[in-house]
Amino acid sequence: MSNQAKTSDTPFRQASAEYNFGFLDEYAKKEIRRSVLKAIAIPGYQVPYSSREMPMGRGFGTGGLQLTLSLIGKQDTLKVIDQGSDDSVNAVNLRSFIEMTCPGIDTTTKVAEANLIQSRHRIPEQALREDQVLVLQVPYPDALVVVEPSEDKRKIMHGEADYSRLLVKLYEDIVKFDEITISHRYPTRINRHYVIDSSPIPRWDVPKMNDSKALILLGAGREKKIYAVPPYTLAEPLEFDDVPFRVEGFNDETGKRRTCHRCGCDHSFLDEFIDARSGEKLYQCSDSDYCDEQLKSLSVNQSLEG
Amino acid sequence: MSNEKVLEVRNLSKVYGKGCAKCFESTGPEHNTNICPHCGSIVAAHDISFDLYKGEILGIMGESGSGKSTAVKNLFFDEMPTSGQATFFDDGKQYDLFSLNAQQKRHLRNHRFGMVYQNPVLGLNFNVSAGGNIAERLLMSNLTNYSEIRERAIELLHRTEVLTERMDEMPKNFSGGMQQRVQIAKALATNPPLLFLDEVTTGLDLSVQAAILDLIMEIQRENKTAMIAVTHDLGVIRLLAGRTIVMKYGRIIETGLTDQILEDPQDAYTQRLVASAL
Repeated sequence: MSNQAKTSDTPFRQASAEYNFGFLDEYAKKEIRRSVLKAIAIPGYQVPYSSREMPMGRGFGTGGLQLTLSLIGKQDTLKVIDQGSDDSVNAVNLRSFIEMTCPGIDTTTKVAEANLIQSRHRIPEQALREDQVLVLQVPYPDALVVVEPSEDKRKIMHGEADYSRLLVKLYEDIVKFDEITISHRYPTRINRHYVIDSSPIPRWDVPKMNDSKALILLGAGREKKIYAVPPYTLAEPLEFDDVPFRVEGFNDETGKRRTCHRCGCDHSFLDEFIDARSGEKLYQCSDSDYCDEQLKSLSVNQSLEG
Repeated sequence: MSNEKVLEVRNLSKVYGKGCAKCFESTGPEHNTNICPHCGSIVAAHDISFDLYKGEILGIMGESGSGKSTAVKNLFFDEMPTSGQATFFDDGKQYDLFSLNAQQKRHLRNHRFGMVYQNPVLGLNFNVSAGGNIAERLLMSNLTNYSEIRERAIELLHRTEVLTERMDEMPKNFSGGMQQRVQIAKALATNPPLLFLDEVTTGLDLSVQAAILDLIMEIQRENKTAMIAVTHDLGVIRLLAGRTIVMKYGRIIETGLTDQILEDPQDAYTQRLVASAL
C-alpha cells in the first residue's frame, strides 16, 4: 500500500513532521515496551500502563495504536485490519496516521508481507509466522467484569485463578439456551492461569491464539491495560468437559457449508449481508485480503488449465 | 461419637478498633461491657477455646453482641482474628488456620468448610439460579463436567427438599425457608467435614424451622459432619447440640453438655437465660 505519494499537502501533514517518529515521545514508548515485556513474561496478566492521549477518541483503537507506534521501526511493514478488511474507515485512518507519523515504514494489505499487524475483530485467516507480531485493539480487557464490578476484587480473583463465577455464567447459559451464548470476547485461559478477554474477535479466531507462532499483544487504551499471548503458549477457551467450546458454524438449512460468493472459499469466517439490488442474502469472506488471495490463485489455476 | 478431633480453637480474640494494653482486663461479663473504657475499642471475642469432634454439633449460645457470630466468622475466614490459634484436622493433615495464605484459605473454604448464614443474601448469589449457586461451589472445587454438576445439584436439592423442577429459578422467587434450604444444599455441595450454622432458623416460621432442624440432624447422622451452631434460641440448642458454649460480652462463661447447661446452669447469667426461656 503506497498511496502515500501526495504528502506535504495538508497543514496537518506538514505539522506532523514536527512530531517525534511514531508520534509518542521516547519515554512513552519506553514505558509501553517495558509493559509489553512484563506482559510477555506473565502470559495473560493485564499490565497497567499510562495510556497517553492520542489524537483520536479512546475506544477507537488507541490501545492497539500505542502498541504499534512504540514497536514500529523504519524497517517494518505494517498491515492494519478493521472488521477483517484493510479498507474500512477505521483501518484506513489508523494506517494513514501511522504512515504520517512514522516516515519511512512500509504498509501492505498482504498478511505474508507484513511483520506487524494491527487488527480489530479478526485474526487473519492465513496462519501467522514466528517473525510476525499481531496487535489487537481491546475495548474491555477484563473477562471478569461481567461477574464482578470491583476491580480490586477482580485483581484478587485473577491472582488466585478464581474463575468459578465466570464458569457459572457459562452454566447458566447452557441451562437457559442449551449452549454457551458468548459470540465474541470469549474468555480464554492463557498458560493454565490467567483468563483473558480475547478482544472482540469471533469464536472462530480463538483457536488461532493457541500455540500461535506469532506473538499476540492486546492493548486497551481506555482501560489502560496491556496483555499478551506469547508464541507457543496454551490458550484454552473456558468450557465444560461434556459441553466443549465450538466455533461458529456456517451451514445452510440443508447442512451444507456456505461458501464465499466471491472466491468460493468454504473454510473461512463469513460475513452475511444483503445484496442492495436483489435483496438476497450473500456470504463473503470477512478477511478481505484472504478473499483476494483465494481469488487470485483461482484465476491462476484457471489460466493454467485454460 | 468418635474421638476424632476436627477443630481445635485456642485463645481466639477479635478486637475492633486500635486496641490498648488494658482492653482485655477492663471488658467482659464482670465489667458488663465489651467496649474498652480506655481506648473505645470493641472486644468482640476474647480467649475463646474449644474442641470439636467428628459428627458432633457444638452449640454457641448467647445474646446479641456476645461475640458468637464473630467467633464463627473468624473460623470461616470472613474476618481475621486479632490473636489466637485454630487447627483444622482433615484426612490426617493439620492446618493452622490463621497462618494459611489466601489461596489455601480459599481452598479450605471452598472444599472443606460449609457456611449457612442467617440471611440467605449472604450465602447465595441472587443473580444466578438456585442450581447455578450450587454449581458455583462445585466449579470452585474443580468439577468441570456439566452433566455431573447438574446431577449433583439435583441430588442436593432433592436431599434438602427443594422441588428440583424449580432449580433453574432465581432464589428471589423462593420463600425464606426455601432459600435457606438452597443455602444448605450449596454448603453441602462438596461434602464438607465441617459446617458452620449461623442462626439458620431465626426468622423462619415454626413449621419451617422444625423441617430445617430435622434436615440438619439428618445430615449430621448420615454424613458425620461436624457442625458449630450459633444461635440465641434455646430450643435449637436443646434439639441440635450435644455440647454447648455460653457466651457473654465476648467471653465464654460456661461450657458443658447441653442437658447439663439447660437443666443445671452454674453461671448466674445462664441461669437467668434458661429461666427466662422455660
